[in-house]
This record gives sequence, structure tokens and C-alpha cells, in this order.
Amino acid sequence: MVKMRGITKAFYGIKANDCVDFDLKGGEVHALLGENGAGKSTLMSVLCGLYHPDEGTIEVEGQRVEFRSPRDAISKGIGIVHQHFMLVPSLTVWENMILGSKDLPVVIDESAICDKIKDLSQRYGIDVDPKAPIWTLSIGEQQRVAILRMLYHEAKILILDEPTSVLTPQEIERLFSTIKHMKEEGYGIVFISHKLKEVFEISDRITVLRRGKVVGSLNAREATKEMLAEMMVGSSDTGEVQRARKESATKSKPVLMAEDLVVRNDKGLIAVDGVSFTLREGQIFGIAGVSGNGQGELAEALAGMRSIESGRLYFVTEDVTSASARHMVDLGVKYVPADRKGVGLVPNMNVAENVALRKYWHPPYSKGFFIDWDEVHKHSKSLVESYEILTPGLDVPVRMLSGGNQQKLILARELSDNLKLLIAMQPTWGLDVRATAFVREKLMSARAGGAAVLLISEDLDELLALSDELAVIYRGKIMGIIEGPGTGDIERIGLMMAGISANS
Amino acid sequence: MRMKIEKRFYITKWQETFIILASIVLAFFSGAVVLHFLGVSPLEAYGMMIKGSLSDFYGISETVAKTIPLVMCSLAVALSFTMVIWNIGAEGQFVLGALACTALVRCMHIDNPLIMLGAMGIVAAIAGGLWGGFAGFLRAKWNVNEIITTLMMNYIAILLLQYFVYGSWRDPTSLGFPMTPLFPEGARLPQFFGTRIHAGIFFALVLVVVIWVVVRKGIWGYEIRVSGQNPKAADYAGIRSARNIMLVMFMSGAIAGLAGMAEMAGLHRRLQPGFAVGYGYTAIIIAWLARLHPVTIIFVSFLFGALFVGGENLQIAMRLPLSSVQILQGLILFFLLGGEFFRNYRISLTFKKR
Repeated sequence: MVKMRGITKAFYGIKANDCVDFDLKGGEVHALLGENGAGKSTLMSVLCGLYHPDEGTIEVEGQRVEFRSPRDAISKGIGIVHQHFMLVPSLTVWENMILGSKDLPVVIDESAICDKIKDLSQRYGIDVDPKAPIWTLSIGEQQRVAILRMLYHEAKILILDEPTSVLTPQEIERLFSTIKHMKEEGYGIVFISHKLKEVFEISDRITVLRRGKVVGSLNAREATKEMLAEMMVGSSDTGEVQRARKESATKSKPVLMAEDLVVRNDKGLIAVDGVSFTLREGQIFGIAGVSGNGQGELAEALAGMRSIESGRLYFVTEDVTSASARHMVDLGVKYVPADRKGVGLVPNMNVAENVALRKYWHPPYSKGFFIDWDEVHKHSKSLVESYEILTPGLDVPVRMLSGGNQQKLILARELSDNLKLLIAMQPTWGLDVRATAFVREKLMSARAGGAAVLLISEDLDELLALSDELAVIYRGKIMGIIEGPGTGDIERIGLMMAGISANS
Repeated sequence: MRMKIEKRFYITKWQETFIILASIVLAFFSGAVVLHFLGVSPLEAYGMMIKGSLSDFYGISETVAKTIPLVMCSLAVALSFTMVIWNIGAEGQFVLGALACTALVRCMHIDNPLIMLGAMGIVAAIAGGLWGGFAGFLRAKWNVNEIITTLMMNYIAILLLQYFVYGSWRDPTSLGFPMTPLFPEGARLPQFFGTRIHAGIFFALVLVVVIWVVVRKGIWGYEIRVSGQNPKAADYAGIRSARNIMLVMFMSGAIAGLAGMAEMAGLHRRLQPGFAVGYGYTAIIIAWLARLHPVTIIFVSFLFGALFVGGENLQIAMRLPLSSVQILQGLILFFLLGGEFFRNYRISLTFKKR
């Protein structure tokens, strides 16, 4: 159905795609595998008309095409479902369906549209209520709407960009059955992912990209995990952490205790709704959950950056319910935010200035009204060396550093100087395999050093491998806490992530 | 041929300088077109400007006298711009400083130049500081856009000035001219070498050093830089943004107010409506051009000082209206903002053979 030849696309002079060939047949699922930044999304953005390639040709159904906009691509039957679905939350399902349609009549025939939606949803087993507003739907349902929208616009080729990253295990299963159904109907599906397991489960063919180039293309049946991992990163490290055997860290001293915390989000709505837990020395406490269920607000509240509406927070014996961010740092409560460049760093400032960010107010880094930049430089230099941060120098703006090195810099800053508790939010998100392993290793060594660690993540495998205790959060409430979680608990965790309590 | 616009990753100092110089050259070039249509020879006009401002001792001294308030006002706005707080109100704060020190001279004269001038400086700084700080308070407390409030407050300040000089403060012996009586000897800053260069120059130079040190080395300077670059990171670092917004607006206003006092005590020695000729607005262009760097501000201010003096010469010698100089200033700003695009993006042309 699709034949892409010699696609090259450069940004800032760096080739995101370098002479890439890609084919898709009808009735197959073709996985596009690669690390973050390997060029998967760029390639698919070219296919769906978002980017214009610098070089190369695209053929659809044997016909040479040149897309000027996504609308051109849709008219050729190519639709993409982005990681973020690009739906209008205040509109209903059917209204979202017709968005972007050309030649709408003056008076819109709502019932005809709804009938067509119901028809489609029955055919592919994607049930949605056409009249429900988007904001009332769960993330999984919203994804179904986004897929249905492409079918509504008569797409024959469907591109799914990291579709599983926002779903619970049960929702993933459902998505896969939909994909299989569509495959049987003759659709061509491109499945973008960096998760090996899922790629094996769903795809017929696998193309691996690395640094903008195709490393290889093979049938799923012939591939092995090790082969693919090697193709992805250039070594056979599969990136899975060996679970450090948890020496029975039973009931060590509590570091942070939360009692019935209630926290509001930026819109003033309750985001954390009566959460209680205890973080202990030398333990990693994991929090699982689909993103947007109050994790961000909880982390900020614990770090002293967001006010606590009600409930109590104790650090050892001190009441820190209304403590400032600075006071928490002084107590040894450190925070690795999810949004590295947006919160954790000042991208336009240099390495040393970013090291100073959470330390500058006390000696030896401060001297009266001034900052002792020599001292900061000395400290920064030792951090850069011991954390192997790749940077041309301390005076380089941190925006020039790679994502992995930015994260290393944050970790280095937070883990140094008096660490009692580390709050790590999505610490490996968007990192390549090597940097991911490095971060996980640092979390384990913080734990071994006697610090408490709160790990908030959307990567269930990561949580299972690292956590001593695992809580699941759903709509601001903790659905249950599992001690010593293992792979056998996935089913239960998945249900809790979807809001079904462990007890019921 | 295809044209492509790409975001720039990195810009060298050399490229940056080139863009700024090219902007200025283009501004003067299009200014030449304007002058041509005003019926004068652009070359002759530009020559006249240089001759008036830079060719002899008198011209240079006049340029330096204009550089003093420009440096101080530019430092004032540069400080707030560092925090990405847009104080457009240096003009008004400058006027308020002048008003406050004149009020002091009128109602409480102390016969000791050191104490008198010190007191004048302090009240001028406080008055300018409060004028700016009020806008900062509104911004910090209710998130009121400071661009609008500071701009509006400029008009209030200038009307206040007119109220006093046309009203109760008018010199009865001035034959109806709107001006206050001359300041007494003890309320004047000395002038040097028989020129109009006055002791305010030391205020300006000291402030350059102080601001450079505070912003680059000081804790507070670091905080406002972080707040300006990334407010969320400032929260993360536990920086109290609301307090700093008020403080930065107060400091910015205080510096502009002090500039107003220096202008009064050093140059005019009396309050008159014509003394506010737009230094506070020009300062915005200067601060931008100097990339907020205090030392660079001195040089850019000198250039703009020359533009002011040259413009006066142009008015006298070629009978051109003041607005022609303002057009030139406007053009410079226009091209600089255009140049900003090339700082962030580059355009590459690819020639492709089919």
C-alpha cells in the first residue's frame, strides 16, 4: 500500500531520517522500533503530511504522492493517531469526528453522523457513545475515539504513535484486539513503539531504526528479543534491570509520613484526594498509575512546591505540612521532576548555574549576599566527573546537553549533599537504554545508602523491578498498596489502575 | 531554488554582532530614504549629525551629557528585563524622581550641599521606586500586566509634572514660562571643564559596576535571572517570585528616579516640562541592543546620545522637525526586532538540479 524510498529529513542540520526505506502492505501490522530520537516519529510525520521530506519519494497504492498538509494525506487514506490524541475536550465524540472535514453542509445532520459512528464502532468492536463529551471519557476511550475518527475519515492506513504508553494493561489488551480486527479487514497498520514485548505480541513485520537509519527489517517470527535489542542500541543489553535482591528491609525507620493529603491542581480541582502512606529508610516506594491521576500534584506537594489543602505531612517527627520547597531541600528531601527542561533545569543557563539551582542559598555556595561561583564550579566539576555527564564544559547552556545528560545532571545535583528522601517522577522517561540503566542504578544506590525513595512512574516494568512497596493511584486516591510486588501482580495492578479497587 | 527556515541551535558572538550592525546599517539606509523625501540630502544630513555630536570637544561633551540619563534609565529597564518583567515606565519614574527632588528643594532647603544632594537622591529614588513598585505590586498580587500599567503611569507622571510647573510651582519671575525657579547653589551637582557634563556621570558609572556585580555575582541577581528564564524552575528552587517582582520593579524605578534627580541637579537645575524628552523610552531600545549587559549599555547609550545631539543639530541647521530623528530611532528599533528573527532562525537556500 505504501512505499517510502530514500526519505531524508534534517533538523538543525542533523539528519533525523537518513535515506530511510519503508513499506507497508494491506492486512499487516508493521512495527517501527527504535529508541527515543531514532527517527520513528519523524518518518511517520513525513508519511502523514506533517513534514515535507528534504529528499525521497512516497508512493501510495502505486501512485507517487506529494503531501502538502495532513489533509492531503488523509484524502489518500493515511491517518495518524498521536500519542496525545488531539481531540477537543469540550466537544462531543461526533463533533470531534467531523472536525477537519471538508464540504460540511450548512445544517449538520447529527443523527446521520451518529449512525455512521455506531456502524463503524460495531464493525470494529470499538464501542463509544457518539454523544458523550470527550472530557468525560477515560484515556483509553479517548484513544478509541481517535482511532475511530481516522476510520470515519476513511483511512486505510493507520499510524499508531506509541499507543500503549498511556494505557492500563487491560486497555492495551483491548487495543490489540481492535488492531487484530482491523488487520483482518485489510487495513495497513504502523505500530510505533520502543517496547520490545508489545512489538512481539502484535506485529507481523518489524523495522528497526537507529539514529535516523534503518538498521534492519525482518519478520516478527524470525526475530528474537536479543536480536532486536542489539539492533536498537548496537549492543545486546536489553535494558532490563536485574532486580537487586531486596534484603529484608522490613519496617525500617519512617522518613516521611503522609496522612489524608488533599491537594488541588492548577485549575483548583482536587487532584490528590485523601492519600496516606509512609516512606521508610532504605526503601523504594513506587506509585503506579495512568498519567494525570494526581501524581504530579502529589510529588509537588511533597517537595513543598504546592500547598496542601488538608491532611498532615510529617518528616521524621517534624510537621512539614506547610513547609516551603527550600525548607524541604534543607531537610534532605530532593525532587527529580518529570519535566526536565520545564521545571528541573533552566535550559538557557549553564551547567554550574544549574547545579547551584537547589543549593545556592547556603554555605559554602553562598557568601553573604553573593554566590561563591568558584565553589559552585568546583562542586559542579566533581559532579560532572563522578556522574560521567557529557558536556563540553561547565559554561555551556544545559539546553545543549542530551536528554540523558540533562537527567544525569539533575540526579547529580539532587543526590549530592544530605539526601534523606528522593522523590523521582518519571526519571527514565524519554531516555535511551544506557541512560535508563544509569538512572535506575542511581536509585538503587540511593536506597542502599539508606535514603527513602518515592518512585512515580508510568512504566510498570520499572516499578516492579525497583519497588519494595507499590501503590496504585487512580483519580487522586490510592487504590491499594502491594508489598514486595512481582510480575504475578500485574493483573491486580492493572485493575487498580483502571479504578477497580483491590478489595472489591 | 528552495528557501527553508530552520531554528538556530547556536549563535556565535560574531554572528550576533553582525546581525546587530547590519540592522543599524539598514536602519540608517532606510532613514536615508525618508530624509531624501523630506527634501534633504541624506549624506549631508548624516554628516551634519556626526559633525554636531562627535566632531569637536563641545559636541562630544554634549553627547556625554545626554549619555548620563540614558545609561541610568537603560540600567533601570535592563534590571527588570533580566527578570523578564517589562518595565516600560522608566520615563515616568524618571519624571517622578525629578518631581520629588524638586519638591524637596522647594519645601526644605538644607544649607549643606552634601546632605542636600544626598537627601534629594534618596527621595528621588524612593519616589521613582514607589512609582515602579506599584506596578510591580499589581503584577505580583493580581497578575496585572506591568507593560500596560507602567506605560499608563508614564502619562500620569507627565501630567503631574505639567500640573506643577504650569501651576503652583511656576517661577513668578519667569515671565509666564512654565518652569520653577533655579535651584539654589547647594542643590546643584557640579559641572566639569566648562561643559554640561555633570557629576551624575559618577552615579551612572558606579551603577554600572553595582548592577553588573549584583546580577552576575549576587544571590538576588541569580534569583531574578532564574525567574526570568524559567519561572517554574524558580518555584522549584524555592524562590519567592512575588517578592522579587515587587523588589525588581522598585529597584528599577529607583534607578530611573535617581536619573531624574541627576538630570535636575546636574543639568537643568530647575523643573521644566521639556526635560523629559523620551530617555525612558530610548532606554528600552538601548537595553535591548546591549543585550542587558551593563558595560555594553555605556557604549550604546553614547551612540544614542550622539543621535540625540546630532538630531538637535539637524533641527537647527537643516530645519527638520524633531520627529525626523524619532523616525530614525523608530527605524533602528524596527530593524533590530527584525534582526531578532535571524538570531533565532536561519534561512538556507538550496539550489537543486532537476
